[in-house]
Amino acid sequence: MKVGVPREVHAGERRVAATPDTTARLKKLGFDVLIESGAGEAASFPDAEYEKAGATLVSDVLELWSQADIVLKVHPPAENQAVQRHEADLLREGATLVSFFWPARNKELIERLAQRKVTVLAMDQVPRISRAQKLDALSSMANIAGYRAVIEAAGLFGRFFTGQMTAAGKVPPAKVLVIGAGVAGLAAIGAARGLGAIVRAFDTRPAVKEQVQSMGADFLELDFQEEGAGQGGYAKVMSKEFIAAEMALFAEQARDVDIIITTALIPGKPAPCLITEEMVESMQPGSVIVDLAAETGGNCALTKPGEVAREHGVAIVGYTDLPSRLAPTASQLYGNNLCHLLSDMGGAEGWRIDLDDEVTRGVLVLQDGELMWPPPKPKVAPGPKAVHKPAPSKSAAPPAAASAEAPRKGASVHGLRTALFLVIAAAALIGLGMVAPKELLSHVTVFVLACFVGWQVIWNVTPSLHTPLMSVTNAISGIILIGGMLEISGKVTSPVTILGAAAVLLATINISGGFLVTQRMLRMFHK
Amino acid sequence: MPASLLTVAYITAGVLFIFSLSGLSTQESARRGNLFGILGMLIALGATAASGRVTGYGVLAIVVAIGAVIGALMALRVAMTSMPQLVAALHSFVGAAAVLVGFASYLDPGHQFTGVTASIHEVEVFVGVFIGAITFTGSVVAFGKLQGVIRSKPLTLPARHWLNLAIVGASLFLGARFLGVASPLGLVDLAVMAALASVLGVHLVMAIGGADMPVVVSMLNSYSGWAAAAAGFMLDNDLLIITGALVGSSGAILSYIMCKAMNRSIVNVIFGGFGAARGPAPAPGAAPAGEAVSVTASETADLLRGSKSVVVVPGYGMAVAQAQYPLYEVARILRDAGAKVRFAIHPVAGRLPGHMNVLLAEAKVPYDIVFEMDEVNEDFPGTDTVLVIGANDIVNPGALDDASSPIYGMPVLEVWKAKTTIVMKRSLATGYAGVDNPLFYKDNTRILFGDAKKNVDAILADLRATGSAAAAAE
Repeated sequence: MKVGVPREVHAGERRVAATPDTTARLKKLGFDVLIESGAGEAASFPDAEYEKAGATLVSDVLELWSQADIVLKVHPPAENQAVQRHEADLLREGATLVSFFWPARNKELIERLAQRKVTVLAMDQVPRISRAQKLDALSSMANIAGYRAVIEAAGLFGRFFTGQMTAAGKVPPAKVLVIGAGVAGLAAIGAARGLGAIVRAFDTRPAVKEQVQSMGADFLELDFQEEGAGQGGYAKVMSKEFIAAEMALFAEQARDVDIIITTALIPGKPAPCLITEEMVESMQPGSVIVDLAAETGGNCALTKPGEVAREHGVAIVGYTDLPSRLAPTASQLYGNNLCHLLSDMGGAEGWRIDLDDEVTRGVLVLQDGELMWPPPKPKVAPGPKAVHKPAPSKSAAPPAAASAEAPRKGASVHGLRTALFLVIAAAALIGLGMVAPKELLSHVTVFVLACFVGWQVIWNVTPSLHTPLMSVTNAISGIILIGGMLEISGKVTSPVTILGAAAVLLATINISGGFLVTQRMLRMFHK
Repeated sequence: MPASLLTVAYITAGVLFIFSLSGLSTQESARRGNLFGILGMLIALGATAASGRVTGYGVLAIVVAIGAVIGALMALRVAMTSMPQLVAALHSFVGAAAVLVGFASYLDPGHQFTGVTASIHEVEVFVGVFIGAITFTGSVVAFGKLQGVIRSKPLTLPARHWLNLAIVGASLFLGARFLGVASPLGLVDLAVMAALASVLGVHLVMAIGGADMPVVVSMLNSYSGWAAAAAGFMLDNDLLIITGALVGSSGAILSYIMCKAMNRSIVNVIFGGFGAARGPAPAPGAAPAGEAVSVTASETADLLRGSKSVVVVPGYGMAVAQAQYPLYEVARILRDAGAKVRFAIHPVAGRLPGHMNVLLAEAKVPYDIVFEMDEVNEDFPGTDTVLVIGANDIVNPGALDDASSPIYGMPVLEVWKAKTTIVMKRSLATGYAGVDNPLFYKDNTRILFGDAKKNVDAILADLRATGSAAAAAE
């Protein structure tokens, strides 16, 4: 099977869907790889490298499209200005296209491709399950975008990120606020921390707090209870009250921080506007905002997609091509994602579209011209992030709703049991007090007190010494020897003496065995 | 010896026993604690022997000498992996002694009680023999299971709860009859009850198996204490009561800790027949997706060499394979190279509470690098490599996030939060709980298949080889 990789036609795009490295991997999977001459040039991969990796270079783009069984691209098909043809029309009938596709936004393109009877796999539709992480291209790109956002900010920011104490005086560290702690946000936190800045982060999903803190940032919290985790670990739209509290927090932070990086996206919806013009105005001159949501409207009111806006002395970066600005790495990671997908779908030998496979079903938009998108709801929803769902959120989860009745019932049974136990215990004590002679009661006193002492003492025993504890209690429970001793003073042949002697024998074994083995064990413990 | 002096001696012994147990709260004071225990025992026995109530010194000396030698031989010969068997055996002795003392006390013509006192004494005897008999036969069965003489699989008779109930009912009936007649006429009733209680002890322990044995052993530990306390009541002896109460609560606490660590109630453990009722049906929809990635011993060695922080999670499988000795060598080499190496112990790892700690101590692992689950769990995100050896259910992420998992709610070691987890296993088979382990299919998990001992030896050889190579290069 032939895999074709054309040069990207999208203006300003530097990435490419295969690098020399992934070309070699595709060859290993049994594919023939066709690369358009100059496809990797913008990402610093010269043609010669591809040839060395075993690719066939094709200079005529029309020929490449007509030969390829599978076309790997970064962007969805678009008009190719050089040959005056739309890429959708170049695709051979029955062939397969793999690229970012955004099916929700590209209805017309879907129809156009459907007429060509082709198969389309959208890399932006990889389901968020652990197995699919290795082909999650959105995460790969988000990671790069987060890193690059910090680099862009550093380039525009007029100060050090890290605080320094120099001979010439003190330089304070930069304060960075990251809004949205998804893959991009976490990457931004990591990069900003790496440069030495003080980093704070906010996310509507309290569950990501741990991850934020593990990256070395402070997690800002609202004094407000609402779970922000939607399906598949993405964020969802929040209530009005929540947003008001959130905006107050941002307004307060805007006055304090030097750099804001926003990464708030809600799938299938325009990005929420989080940084208002007033907030921008309140920021120190020279501050920088990087808006990673610029493409879908922006998290900042003043963002201009694709460019750097300067308003009120603040630079607002609205680049929509951050991954492309790190083209070699972005191409490599995206290429890896594609290799994993092609490998999972059987390689060149066993290539097939398995509708029962959750991942394949998820990315499938068109199958031989037939519309397959959107896929049926996945059965196993929780992504790696949903694992850390805090307890309060459970009330919202469907399985908990059904079982909510059970614990309440259990609690009342438990209460009843406790009450019953108390009544019985009280009755027993009263009964005991009425009939028992004084002597027995003094024994009971000793017994009860000893139980409490034992309870207190044993809880202090370190768990690593539980085995010695058992053997030492074994030894001291050999104290029952005394019971035997008191019975052996009759005639040697009397049954009482024999029983007593046997008891003494067994108890002695216990005592000597228990203490000695304890000593032996304890001697092994050393620092 | 005057009676008051005897009482003082008993008080001293009781206090020494309490010191003995509290000494076990730290490793530093543990040995002293054991000595306190021995001292307390000597005082108690010496005082009793000198009290004037004992005159059969010849018999006493002979029997004590024999018992001491047998006990010493057992203590010196036992392998540390066999500690659970030894402990079970010792429990059975206490149980048997309690039964014998009960009979002797009943038959002893020296005891002359009347009215309420007589009835109370009879109740004490009856209860003491009942608990003693259960402890005795239960411990014998536990010993057999741990030793592998009896199949460890739980025996689940069809109407087993009714059977237990019937025995208890019959015992109560016999008890009522027993109280009505004077000694020694009730001997038959007492003997029949002892036989019934023995059957109950066998049946109770037969119904529990596998990894629930730690609970059984600690429970029997508790019973043996209560048996001693019952003997104390029947003999009017406060020291026996104190000691019995101490031991009884100790065993109860250990059982509680074990049950908590498995997220099960004690009732569930004793009557549940866990492991058999479940059978082959795994939780629907819980089948973990993905594939397990295997790794070789030399790759593992490479990984360990590059790790700054390593946590080793041993399970009973490690002890079975006797991998703890080379394992500590591995840990030592890594520590010498500057890595932070720790061992993490789950409460139910091993066949006895604290068993893993003893096995590691025997392999000379310093106790200050051995940690409990709660001490280590939050450190996993900062750990480079985790080695899981012979453990399965205690590292199952399903226990935390899969409500359909049978072990859901059980606290586990969260090894998957580390950068890389190496699981040493013979195969991908399920653990004792019969639950598939999603850990094996996580992206950051690698499986090192094969015998644990051989693999650890291979890793050790690899580490040593490069160590010397590096030394030669310098």
